[in-house]
Amino acid sequence: MIGIPVQRKEGKAKATGHAVYVDDFRLPGMLYGVTVRSSVPRGRITAIHFGPGIPWQEFTVVRARDIPGANCISLISDDQPCLADSFVNHREEPVLLLAHQNRCLLEKAKLAIRIEVEALPAVLSMESSLACTQIIWGTDNIFKSFLIEKGNIDEVWSKADFIIEGEYSTGAQEQLYLETNGMVAEITADGLTVWGSMQCPYYVHKALTKLFGWKDDRIRVIQLETGGGFGGKEEYPSMIAAHAALLSWKSGKPVKLVYDRSEDLVATTKRHPARIRHRTAAQRDGKILGMEIDFTIDGGAYATLTPVVLSRGAIHAAGPYECPNVRIRSTALATNVPPHGAFRGFGAPQTLFALERHMDKIASAIGLSPEAVRRRNFIRKGQTTATGQQIREDVVMDKLLDRALKESDFHARQSRFSLENPRSSVKRGMGIAAFLHGAGFTGSGERYLSSIAGVEVTTTGNVLVLTSGVEMGQGSKTTLAQIVASALNLPLDQVDIAVPDTARVPNSGPTVASRTCMVIGKLVESAALTIQQKLREAGMLGAGYSQSEFCSACSNYIQKYGPLKSYAKYQAPAGIEWDDEKHQGDAYGTFAWAVHIAEVSVDTVTCQIRVEDYVAVQEVGRVIHPVLAAGQIEGGVAQGIGYALYENVAWTDGRMENCQMTNYIIPTSVDTPRIRVFFEENPYSHGPMGAKGIGELPIDGPAPAIVNAIQNAIGFSVDFIPVMPEALLLAMEMQNA
Amino acid sequence: MPKQQVQLRVNGVGYNLNVWPMERLLDVLRHELQLTGTKDGCGEGECGACLVMLNGNLVNSCLVPILQADGAEVTTIEGAAADRDIARIQTAFIEHGGIQCGFCTPGMVMSALDLLKKNPRPSEMEVRAGLAGCLCRCTGYVRICESVLKASQILQEPRSQE
Repeated sequence: MIGIPVQRKEGKAKATGHAVYVDDFRLPGMLYGVTVRSSVPRGRITAIHFGPGIPWQEFTVVRARDIPGANCISLISDDQPCLADSFVNHREEPVLLLAHQNRCLLEKAKLAIRIEVEALPAVLSMESSLACTQIIWGTDNIFKSFLIEKGNIDEVWSKADFIIEGEYSTGAQEQLYLETNGMVAEITADGLTVWGSMQCPYYVHKALTKLFGWKDDRIRVIQLETGGGFGGKEEYPSMIAAHAALLSWKSGKPVKLVYDRSEDLVATTKRHPARIRHRTAAQRDGKILGMEIDFTIDGGAYATLTPVVLSRGAIHAAGPYECPNVRIRSTALATNVPPHGAFRGFGAPQTLFALERHMDKIASAIGLSPEAVRRRNFIRKGQTTATGQQIREDVVMDKLLDRALKESDFHARQSRFSLENPRSSVKRGMGIAAFLHGAGFTGSGERYLSSIAGVEVTTTGNVLVLTSGVEMGQGSKTTLAQIVASALNLPLDQVDIAVPDTARVPNSGPTVASRTCMVIGKLVESAALTIQQKLREAGMLGAGYSQSEFCSACSNYIQKYGPLKSYAKYQAPAGIEWDDEKHQGDAYGTFAWAVHIAEVSVDTVTCQIRVEDYVAVQEVGRVIHPVLAAGQIEGGVAQGIGYALYENVAWTDGRMENCQMTNYIIPTSVDTPRIRVFFEENPYSHGPMGAKGIGELPIDGPAPAIVNAIQNAIGFSVDFIPVMPEALLLAMEMQNA
Repeated sequence: MPKQQVQLRVNGVGYNLNVWPMERLLDVLRHELQLTGTKDGCGEGECGACLVMLNGNLVNSCLVPILQADGAEVTTIEGAAADRDIARIQTAFIEHGGIQCGFCTPGMVMSALDLLKKNPRPSEMEVRAGLAGCLCRCTGYVRICESVLKASQILQEPRSQE
């Protein structure tokens, strides 16, 4: 069962078009909702005009003052309003909601509304935010800053053979799940029910209880089939659910609110743009003695998840290396752009891009190969990370690197390219990225969450897994069923995953942070084992048992004792300590590790860059499902190729101007190579069946591997992403000048 | 402009529909006929989630004004179930990891069906070119291509008495 590519649980429903996504879901008498938004980045709302020619009496209209409870989308700091009341802080900020049964009329009505705003000077870049010419958040525009220190960096510079500096920048990136965001809400005498596309049913639940000021049991949140999330459906669905819920509450009718692509692109969160500075002290033999890293991100107009993104990014900034002296300063700034938010990788793709570009720069300064510098510094069991976390398990980075070099035929191909490149306008090159990704919530996060998941068995012996962890394409329905079926020694089709419905499943925490398989998987495994134990203790099940013996044992148990259910609550592995204040200690229960190698071609005439080959080697503990696991890596790499080369968010006055799939370009099947994936298994003692988290790891590697390959091909440094042809042309011209 | 009558044959069933002339074929399929297997991913013909067969040609139904489809024969993912070939393509997608979130899947399957009818033994590069009108954000296309290549092999095999 474990390590076998069983069929995806919901595969058939998806292949035949029968799976129900939010826009496929309808209720009798349903109205449609739209959101009217701010067209200026910052200012005071002075009036709202309802234009002529629209039968306004037929419409349900909701403004901030209609909100029965607190006007905020509750998350970390509760600073983001559900609807802007008197002040707007970014373009496309929701101000007013409309509902009507006729969607054509609704669109006309939306255009007939004019929001009058007295504009104020807006802060549209990190530089102007830092300069504090306008204070738009708190007293200094800083959402959060962290300092991570190890050893004594100030004393290291005088001992260094080399001091290497670099500055790197990364752009915003859109998650671009194929299914846009949407929700349906229905008010009844018992309360509110919301259905939709989401990663975190209990985040939505929490936001709605605060918005309405109601008790928990009056709000019910149900996840529908979700067409991709990648973090983009972590926090923003709470906003849309709140809007749909308010319209339903005011109209007394069910309301559907689904964004079209353009609205989804302009209004919802993106990956945080970042600037990272490195200053490194190194010895002649390649050993890194000290790293000073400055990491700054643009959080947008409200805090949302920014402090947590900053923290994960900072913790990952020193990568898979041992370094005795480290100082990492990190700062998240407020600007008047739509809030940036969760996206697969959560800060780590930014800092690891910078680090892995910088490793190549260090190698070149010292005169060593990129491979040698990395090997010289790989962290090993017993050594400590920048936060002082001692690595307790074997680290197989050398093995991963060896395998990646071999599978990519690195040395032979690189020598061939160095001979061929001078005679060709199309230059080829290869680049390495070595990295790690912490699985589960950072620091004490999992302890605070105290997730619960359960298993319930029917009289026929069918097993239902109860968790708020959602299937969004990653395959959690299948892997969780595999874990439970394996624990109970049952066939896979005897195990099903309950619909994530807050009225029926416990709070297992959000479906984020590469935590579903590792953390929730462990909970459902232990809940399943408790069921087995209960049956055994009741004397109804022997040591070894057949499927039919299990079924009759369940039937007997339920007849005698009533429902057969078991819940498991998260318990941190022993010895895990974290200091929130100092950012010191065990940042993660464990890390997944990887080495990626990219081969690119750069046409120096057109500046077109192609990824010709891509090898991804990783250690994610034990692989539960080889096809789904490889699918996670391949998808993450493709998304990383987009991050590196194609996906440019063009900001104008704080708004994404290229808000269409025609001009925000994600990779197609002809832009991606046959991504080659290899696993080195190293079972993790606290993971279910030895598994670790996997989902985010693959997005950390492609950008640095590809940009290192570009440098290898063209011979000079590119320190930003995305490397669009026009940006590369400029860089080449500056190089030649 | 007032509503107009159009005739459509969808998945073998005839319909007389009273529609707004500028409605898209996609809207009529999804809202009037409740054939929601065809998806709306971008509304501008970029993503391919809304692919259907219109008189035997693969089209993005978000780019077809309904009047243009008057009198036409339309096959959607739901109707394609009658086609033995498509069932095999769907099985290949299910078995070889060609599906993750599933939102692009109906379009991908329609696209694969069209490709394999025109080119029963495509190379990997031909599959990649053939599917380039469909965007997927989950899979990196590796296993979608593999699913289509596997389907092409299966479709070549003599059929058993199913």
